[in-house]
Amino acid sequence: MSERKLFAHELEARLDELLLLSLRQRSAAEPAALLEALPRETQDRVLHWAGVAAQTSDDLGWLIASLAAERASGLGAQLDDWVRAGLDAYDRSGLAATRKALNEFAETHAARVRHSQEGIDFATVEGRLSRFLQALDGRALKLASGPKAWTDSETLWLPERLDVAPDVVGNQRLYKVMAALLWAQTRFGSFNIDPEPELELWPDRERGLRWFAVFEAMRLEACIGVELPGLARDIALLRGPWPGKLAAVAESLARPRATAADSLACMAELRRVGAGDTPIIPHIGVMDPVAARRVRAARIARELAVVRRALNVIAATDTKPGAAENSDYPPLAAEGELQVPDPQADLLALPPAAREAAKSLMQDLGELPPEALHAAGPGAWQPVDGGDESMTPGVTTQPDAFYDEWDYRRGSWRHGWCHLYEMTAPVGRHEWVDEVRTRHAHLIRSIRRRFEALRGEDKPQKRQFDGEEIDLDAQVDARADRMSGAEPSPRLFIHRRRIERSLAVMFMVDMSGSTKGWVNDAERESLVLLCEAIEALGDSYAIYGFSGWTRTHCDIYPVKRFADRYDAATRQRIAGIEARDYTRMGVAVRHLSGLLMRQNTRHKLLVTLSDGRPDDYGDEYRGRYGIEDTRRALLEAREKGIRSYCVTIDRHGADYLPQLYGPAHYSVIDDAKKLPQKIAEIYRKLTG
Amino acid sequence: MTAPRPAARNEVRADIHTLATPLVRLANEPYYHATGDEVEVFAAAAGSRLPVMLKGPTGCGKTRFVEHMAWRLKRPLVTVACHDDLTTADLVGRYLIVGDETVWMDGPLTAAVRAGAICYLDEIVEARKDTTVVIHPLTDSRRALPVEKRGEYIEAPPDFMLVISWNPGYQSVLKEMKPSTRQRFVALDFDYPQADTEARIVVHEGGVDADTAQKLVKLGGLTRKLKGAGLDEGAGTRLLVHAAQLIASGMAPATACTAAIARPLADEPDTRDALDDLIRAVF
Repeated sequence: MSERKLFAHELEARLDELLLLSLRQRSAAEPAALLEALPRETQDRVLHWAGVAAQTSDDLGWLIASLAAERASGLGAQLDDWVRAGLDAYDRSGLAATRKALNEFAETHAARVRHSQEGIDFATVEGRLSRFLQALDGRALKLASGPKAWTDSETLWLPERLDVAPDVVGNQRLYKVMAALLWAQTRFGSFNIDPEPELELWPDRERGLRWFAVFEAMRLEACIGVELPGLARDIALLRGPWPGKLAAVAESLARPRATAADSLACMAELRRVGAGDTPIIPHIGVMDPVAARRVRAARIARELAVVRRALNVIAATDTKPGAAENSDYPPLAAEGELQVPDPQADLLALPPAAREAAKSLMQDLGELPPEALHAAGPGAWQPVDGGDESMTPGVTTQPDAFYDEWDYRRGSWRHGWCHLYEMTAPVGRHEWVDEVRTRHAHLIRSIRRRFEALRGEDKPQKRQFDGEEIDLDAQVDARADRMSGAEPSPRLFIHRRRIERSLAVMFMVDMSGSTKGWVNDAERESLVLLCEAIEALGDSYAIYGFSGWTRTHCDIYPVKRFADRYDAATRQRIAGIEARDYTRMGVAVRHLSGLLMRQNTRHKLLVTLSDGRPDDYGDEYRGRYGIEDTRRALLEAREKGIRSYCVTIDRHGADYLPQLYGPAHYSVIDDAKKLPQKIAEIYRKLTG
Repeated sequence: MTAPRPAARNEVRADIHTLATPLVRLANEPYYHATGDEVEVFAAAAGSRLPVMLKGPTGCGKTRFVEHMAWRLKRPLVTVACHDDLTTADLVGRYLIVGDETVWMDGPLTAAVRAGAICYLDEIVEARKDTTVVIHPLTDSRRALPVEKRGEYIEAPPDFMLVISWNPGYQSVLKEMKPSTRQRFVALDFDYPQADTEARIVVHEGGVDADTAQKLVKLGGLTRKLKGAGLDEGAGTRLLVHAAQLIASGMAPATACTAAIARPLADEPDTRDALDDLIRAVF
């Protein structure tokens, strides 16, 4: 069959032949003229269906042919379904119904197309929404997409796509309102009461849950209105007025002190009078109290441990006579009553992460429970035990260096305690870096642009002994000096040169077993982006991985030494960074600080990429001992003029960071996937 | 067409005098709402002839505090906004040529020392390190300023006071203050005021009612939670006052907040849109 389009006269002849139009005094000129503009494939489909319909009835064939000529371009792939809908209508109700059915189908399809053009994907609003939510009160929440809108009290899931509203702005607003309502569920205690006793009394549990979601939406809207009246207005606009019989309930749930218990009371009342189906309100998602309360229970246990640990550190660091000399002093005090500050009275007594945990507990429980004020035992934090025998290196060679370690319990050093080995960094797939560069090509381009701007153009250096231009200010000063009898300066020129940032940066990459998976991928991707960016800046930089297994095997992996270029070999070593054993951090800081000190630059920066606190095999280095040793190592680095900064992916254990790095010298990233995007920005801020 | 008349010598001299450092004498009390004991500490430092360092985020009231203290102590004030091209001569002074004569022109620091004024070096870390060492002899027991060009050694009168400010929230490793400089100063930490205090400041400075001020303060608080998550800094009190002033002039609150708060803070689209959402949520 020829692929060229049929011309109008050819189409007219074909239609005439199919529908016997000449005999019926009809002309196919008009539909043929319309069909001429369509692709050949569509022309053939229309002719095919006109023929099929004509076998049932000539009039039906004509109707299909003439309407298809008008509608085919808009229907696209739906053309066949459109014709079938028309044929079904003809079989049911005759020709008049066919025309109506065909027109309705086409209109509905057009509206759907219009809508899908106005619809938006979650990805387009994710960044905006996550910042919006971050600014709101309450605990930090993650944002993710899923088939329905709901929250487990830590993550908000929103639909992957919304095309409910007639335009993009409306759909964006709907996303925002959905997210705000889910935030309000976590903020205003929707999961602080167990709805199961009430739900068990409902013959249809799912219907009961839907009503719980509606009543909670009424209550939460009022809660939002107190703090954020504009947002409450947006919600009210979106839902329209509550149906008549629900208006009174909505008013009662808008009382200032209403809680989720009041919503359950409304459910009980409704159950007694007989519940119909819930009104359809677009911004109300679904509720899964079982999942949310499970997550909540785990969070409460975790945060209790964080608060108690922090109180313990405060208590333990109270100066006790003889504490420093007591070598049996445990890293964490034993379970029991301690004289500690009352966090309910003064949350500021706690370090930042513990303060956040305490606030989160108060959000979940309304107050800090009495057990939070007791001293902790070993705490909830448990490292991933990388007890894989195959990963234990056999120590057969002499260490490359011995390092002292600080024992805070003795208040003295353990000399030559850590055995450091410089290992050969493993290599990974050379294609991997190319894949990352392709995947993040746009991001790399924008980072490079920003970094090039940071580098700036050649800067005129005034008052030089020689240069490309005469410095008029210096000439005037020199003349003035000469005339006033003073010795004029010989520095009379401007020399244009590239700004010397004079900066050396050491990236210390955590290769502990706990980084396996997402964290390790994120670390490697981040390093690729960093290298691409720093190459644009011209800073001197090195990348070393660190891991180990007890004090006798502290391993350092040179991925890129200062002298190395960012070439194929370096890229393969970045690809080869993998999760290994433990993180005895103090010795790594000391060794890498030493390497950094050999750089002849004015500014020196040590950046740690990590997913948790210092830890090593066995219990000794875990907890306060490791933190104190690492803090000491960072202080030593500071005394040498090295600035330290830590980027960590450790949402629940970052309470030690202010102790180690001081305020404003660390970033906590709650999601490994965000690390590659954030890392370059952090570096820009650090060195801008 | 006539050629322009060459300037007469006395006119040139008059022009030069317009370049002289202005000593600001504050006749009216600059509004400042104390949030702690900063007024007492500053006054004590002034009485003991000690230099003062103010630390805190941008727009939280450091400059206003210095103006207030200059008025309170009845001393003239010289303010220098530091930048990376600031040279020692820019601070101390230089010879200028007038016709075939030379005229010495005091820089702001020298002018402040001679006048017994408060010299306020704002954002000191922005200045080059080789420039800021010139302040060292003024900050220890010598309290003197050597002017090498003139062979002069100016001893500061009792009323001279040096005040510097910087924002420790800037994480740049290249913009740190050296310990040898830091340890010469009495330091005061500044932060955003408590919400009720900040609302009172916004009412007073911005000319809006208490309800609008509270909403602006609420918005400011929300933006501060975005520090490190899209914003280098949240909105300072200064920005809230700017928005209040626009509202007081008749502008719609959302428009005023967008122009005075959201746009100055963020360029990145997601952050900018999130700020717009926050404004809409509050107003």
